[in-house]
Amino acid sequence: MIRLIKKADISQSQIMTIRIMAVFLSLFTAGVFILFLGHNPFSVYGSMMSGSFGSLYRLQETILKTIPLLITSLGIAVAFRMKFWNIGAEGQICMGAFCASFFALHFSELPSLILLPIMMVAGIVGGGVWALIPGVFKAYFGTNETLFTLMMNYIALKWITYLQYGPWKDPDALGFPKIKNFSESAILPNIFGIHIGWIIALLLVAIMHFFIHYTKKGYEITVVGESENTARYAGMDVKKVVLIGLLISGGLCGITGMIQASAISNTLSVEVSGGVGFTAIITTWLSGLSAPMIVLISFLFAILVQGGSFIQTAFQIPQSAAQMLQGVILFFVLGSEFFIQYQVIFPWNQYMQKEEN
Amino acid sequence: MALISFFAAAVVAGTPLLFATLGEILTEKSGNLNLGVEGMMLMGAVVGFQVGIMTQNPYLALIGAMGAGGLGAIIYGFLTITLRANQVVTGLSLTIFGAGFANYMGQKLIGQVVPESMKIFFRPVSLPVLGDIPYIGAIFFRQDPFVYLGYITAIVLGIYLYHTQYGLHVRVVGENPGAADASGVSVSMYKYIHCVVGGALCGLGGAYLSLVYVPAWQENVTAGRGWIAVALVIFAAWNPYKALIGACFFGGLDIVGFRLQAFDLKISQYIINMLPYIVTICVLIIASVRKSKEYGGPKGLGIPYFREER
Repeated sequence: MIRLIKKADISQSQIMTIRIMAVFLSLFTAGVFILFLGHNPFSVYGSMMSGSFGSLYRLQETILKTIPLLITSLGIAVAFRMKFWNIGAEGQICMGAFCASFFALHFSELPSLILLPIMMVAGIVGGGVWALIPGVFKAYFGTNETLFTLMMNYIALKWITYLQYGPWKDPDALGFPKIKNFSESAILPNIFGIHIGWIIALLLVAIMHFFIHYTKKGYEITVVGESENTARYAGMDVKKVVLIGLLISGGLCGITGMIQASAISNTLSVEVSGGVGFTAIITTWLSGLSAPMIVLISFLFAILVQGGSFIQTAFQIPQSAAQMLQGVILFFVLGSEFFIQYQVIFPWNQYMQKEEN
Repeated sequence: MALISFFAAAVVAGTPLLFATLGEILTEKSGNLNLGVEGMMLMGAVVGFQVGIMTQNPYLALIGAMGAGGLGAIIYGFLTITLRANQVVTGLSLTIFGAGFANYMGQKLIGQVVPESMKIFFRPVSLPVLGDIPYIGAIFFRQDPFVYLGYITAIVLGIYLYHTQYGLHVRVVGENPGAADASGVSVSMYKYIHCVVGGALCGLGGAYLSLVYVPAWQENVTAGRGWIAVALVIFAAWNPYKALIGACFFGGLDIVGFRLQAFDLKISQYIINMLPYIVTICVLIIASVRKSKEYGGPKGLGIPYFREER
């Protein structure tokens, strides 16, 4: 009989070997598929790389795609650490963008130095509150948070659509359904050709890493996730910890919303989140909830996205093929987790073990 | 009369939701939360359409759609059941994959229309006797064959889940896989079968959109209906019969905004589009406040089963 054993201790290098093997296997599988389409897989992969790094502009594009994934993943990781399955990042991004946009549109005459921090705080509040609503129900009634947060996404998306097609529609856009562009003062400045979101992101990585590992609240969040009973026994106010954790989680997603609205689209639109909220769930999970790993995984994923849009122009391989490639890589990496956690013992190995004994 | 035609249209709009919901009910009843419904629907929609255009045969088109949805579910099943990957993350990955697959396959299909012979096959048929019932007949029994297939599937699933031994086993697997395993039920096999059949039903839901509802290929033909189906599962309390009613209700919400424009009512379609999700959240909240077992969902939902860790 085939048996499974949970691996007791496994070294970091072994874990990395398994993960890298999974990525190579997925690239091989996708390569066969690309060959089938009549292209050379090596040149396609090569041009994906050059599409992400080939020039300063392309590198900047890759980093621009990393920023939202990175910040959102940091946020989701806080909730996941408490075993609160927050899959509502998409909605939290939207609501963060909505609150920030409210100030950007209505107080556009304020100077940048005042307006941008206000927008940032508004974004945090918007995203935080949107995460807090399911959190309150989870804490007090045990309402299923996975499904609750999922539903909240679509309410937020429809809300933005409503604003864009209704009350906030720009009357000067000749009937085109778009919201008025922000004034200059509501747009994040650039540093080294990239908006300062990248500095914010790196700061947040440091802050969150410190928060989780070196503060009391961060420790409480980890304990609540490990075992709620232990937390209660140690005298922690579990409900309070969960709610604070969710405010942080949603707040970080809200920051993403504010940055994307301000620096990328310069206005509020339904595309403000563009699926980042969902993709970030995957990057968070693959990075094992560790802040430094989130940087790496988000960057790798951004390469996939940026490289994918590049091969469309270079090889006329549609972007949807790159989307499939993303899916295939995810399947392989998700599947590889199994070999990190478990050891498969085949019948013939069992007999060998006995002989050795 | 306007009201009757509205209700009849709601049944039609609810049919893709019904198939996807029934599929997801079956999947979740066996303890798997597959959030790849949207992806499986898209896969079914594109393969069903492609096969339909190639063969002009409606049966083959439906089989193709079921196969595509089932294939997506097999990937999901292998990762979550055999390799015990996280169900939420795997489901989301499946949605990414399915959307990519459908957009890729569908690139050459954009603008193509369903062949006339298949349109004739899927045109509304009035059922004898039932179709003549005043009001009810016009709403429910003068529809296309696909809609009837939806009714039948819902009833068959209801009987299967609540009145057969196999159905009892599925529910135990979903509620308490440890107990099922101890009583000799093969947990993995049950999970696999219900995942795959569930995926096939999601594929059928997608095919209804591309073959009958639109009926032409357009990118992102599902337009978020997979997520509405996930909501509908909760709304229907994981019950196939209630799914039948819920699908008509959500289908009605889907089209009501458009119809209201004719009456010059100042309610935005986008606000109405929120309603399915708001209603579902209310159901979730009420269920948890009242600690209702029925509306709580299967106990083992979302948790991989590992015999050695029991």
